[in-house]
Amino acid sequence: MDRRTFLKRIGIGMAGMTCGGILAPGRLNAQGVAEETEFLSILIDTTRCIGCRSCELACAETYDLPIPDIEDDSVFKEERRTTETQWTVVNRYETDKGTVYAVKRCMHCNQPACVAACLVKAMKKEEEGPVTWAENCMGCKMCAFSCPFEKAVLETHSPTPRIRKCLLCWDKRLVKGEIPACVEACPTEALVFGTRRELLEEARTRIYQHPDRYVHHIYGETEVGGTSVMYLSAVPFEQLGFRTDLGTTSLPELSTGFLYAVPIIFVLWPAFLLGVHRATQKEED
Amino acid sequence: MTDKQTPLQKRTLKDFIAFIIAELKPRGKIFTPFNIITAPILALGIILVVYRLINGLGSVVTEAPGFPWGIWIGFNVMVGVAFAGGAYVLTFVVYILRSEKYHPIIRATILNGFLAYVFYAGAIFLDLGRWWNIVNPLIGNKFGVNSVLFLVAWHFLLYMIAEFIEFSPAFAEWLGLKKIRKILHSFTLGAVIFGITLSTLHQSGLGALVMMAKPNIHPLWYTEFIPVLFLVSSVFAGLSMVIFEGTISTRVFGNQLTDDFRRSYDDIVLGLGKTCAAVMFVYLFLKALVLIHGANWSLIATPMGYWYLTEVVGLTLIPCILFLRGFRDRNIKIIRMAAILTMAGIIINRCNYVFIAYKWYVPLSERYIPSWQEVVMALTIVFAHIWVFRWIVHRMAVYRKPPAWTIKEDRHAA
Repeated sequence: MDRRTFLKRIGIGMAGMTCGGILAPGRLNAQGVAEETEFLSILIDTTRCIGCRSCELACAETYDLPIPDIEDDSVFKEERRTTETQWTVVNRYETDKGTVYAVKRCMHCNQPACVAACLVKAMKKEEEGPVTWAENCMGCKMCAFSCPFEKAVLETHSPTPRIRKCLLCWDKRLVKGEIPACVEACPTEALVFGTRRELLEEARTRIYQHPDRYVHHIYGETEVGGTSVMYLSAVPFEQLGFRTDLGTTSLPELSTGFLYAVPIIFVLWPAFLLGVHRATQKEED
Repeated sequence: MTDKQTPLQKRTLKDFIAFIIAELKPRGKIFTPFNIITAPILALGIILVVYRLINGLGSVVTEAPGFPWGIWIGFNVMVGVAFAGGAYVLTFVVYILRSEKYHPIIRATILNGFLAYVFYAGAIFLDLGRWWNIVNPLIGNKFGVNSVLFLVAWHFLLYMIAEFIEFSPAFAEWLGLKKIRKILHSFTLGAVIFGITLSTLHQSGLGALVMMAKPNIHPLWYTEFIPVLFLVSSVFAGLSMVIFEGTISTRVFGNQLTDDFRRSYDDIVLGLGKTCAAVMFVYLFLKALVLIHGANWSLIATPMGYWYLTEVVGLTLIPCILFLRGFRDRNIKIIRMAAILTMAGIIINRCNYVFIAYKWYVPLSERYIPSWQEVVMALTIVFAHIWVFRWIVHRMAVYRKPPAWTIKEDRHAA
């Protein structure tokens, strides 16, 4: 090998490493804070919820969804899930401490699996916190497959389906400086809006001041790496239909190990294969 | 059988078109049992595909909230791609390790792999709610580089190209393009190396795809080693498919086989069986490690545990032993049986990750069960693959000897 080929090969190797660097996924942001902006959040105190479903109505009016009949109590017979036309649903649970209402909707995870899953960045975690959706989506449903809360829902009955879920009123109200419609509509202040840090302080204060009223856990503080919608409860959260087995690791972290390995394999594997090909060459060739 | 082929000598466009039209006509008997069964399904399937693309997913797919992926992803894509793994394994053996033994089946395997990617990776298209946006990750209407699916999508496309290049000399021979064949032939090694690299990454990538759904996947199946398990299982899945496909092809295309092929075929199958057994042993070893490490023993004595044992013992360990026995006794029949069991195991394994062990806690009444339309469309994809495969085998040198001029040329090149 002369000096020229040596330099050439070093060059190719370096180029490979650089490309590998570009192909590697970006580091995840471990805190719930992006670039000095704090995530906007909602704290839901289930001890204050009276099950009036005003939030459902406000949500439907804001996004032109079918208007629910909030006088109709029969909806409480079964635990409902959010659908393409109902982005926020109030469910009734019979618990150790009597009837409790809890409103369910997209949790706006700090490090959302749906955003990491999206191959066209249609799902996006806005700097201010809301997880939003854009029209360049392919409808592959990997966001729905990965969501631990089953909140990313594709409109299957439409020929031009969209992913429909709570957007924290990002496009309709937050950009205008207004608070989410559900929070504004809540007559008992069961829903409070603010930055995630403020709301965590508020939640801790409530637990501290009324240690008998609450279980000492803020659902969403650490679940799947923390979420922007957080809950307080008087009863253990599994009685309110929450999954308590989600762990504290953010879900995108589970596949980053694989993604980090990709550029390395991409650089080393072809070189190895070529080497084996050369090594198995017979003399007469 | 080469003399049956219309030789293409004249180079005018008119002759070329006439040649293509002549080649497009079906060869052989039309009313075979296979055709009679598959043709109506294909026809119905194609109508359903058009219907679904116009009216949306909900018009044909079972409505099961919480189960976004069904058999098109679980069976067609995940299983189809695993079964296509034979191509990268055999190109490694033949072109990198230079084993002449498997050379007779390399073209059929590459063709099968290529078509599998066209049709089964293509099955993703059916499952896309907004299918007209499929080009977005390719043209850069946002590159979601942090997504495993982004990697898999690009790899599917690039691997299809690599496999086409690997197979393209056969195309050139068919069209009688000597110069182009020479150029394409020289690309083979590059395409093989590129193809193996891509396969390594996207076979494991399909496993990595489900990793973020950790809370939704039964702990007996979820492990951080899913990508490794997918990669290792794609080796024996692919080779089992090669054995299975060979069983059928050697009968259907018997008149095309060369004497060399017939003589060496039993040894090829035995070799494949032995390789399967070895790789399955590695796979089972990994599975055992994962099980012990996860300390999930208690879950074995549950309904999902029995289902796990069906997959791992019934459809992996038992075929592994059968492969070994078949190899020891030189019994091709046992090896074929083992291959079929292995394939069943792979189908169950991949579907487990997508909709069976996925959200295992959901009661049966709310679970995903494919609609008849989904099944018909899934079968349509399989049959379309077989039809195109058959069409090409009848016209190009897949099993039969390549035209005489290629042999002279290859010797010259070496």
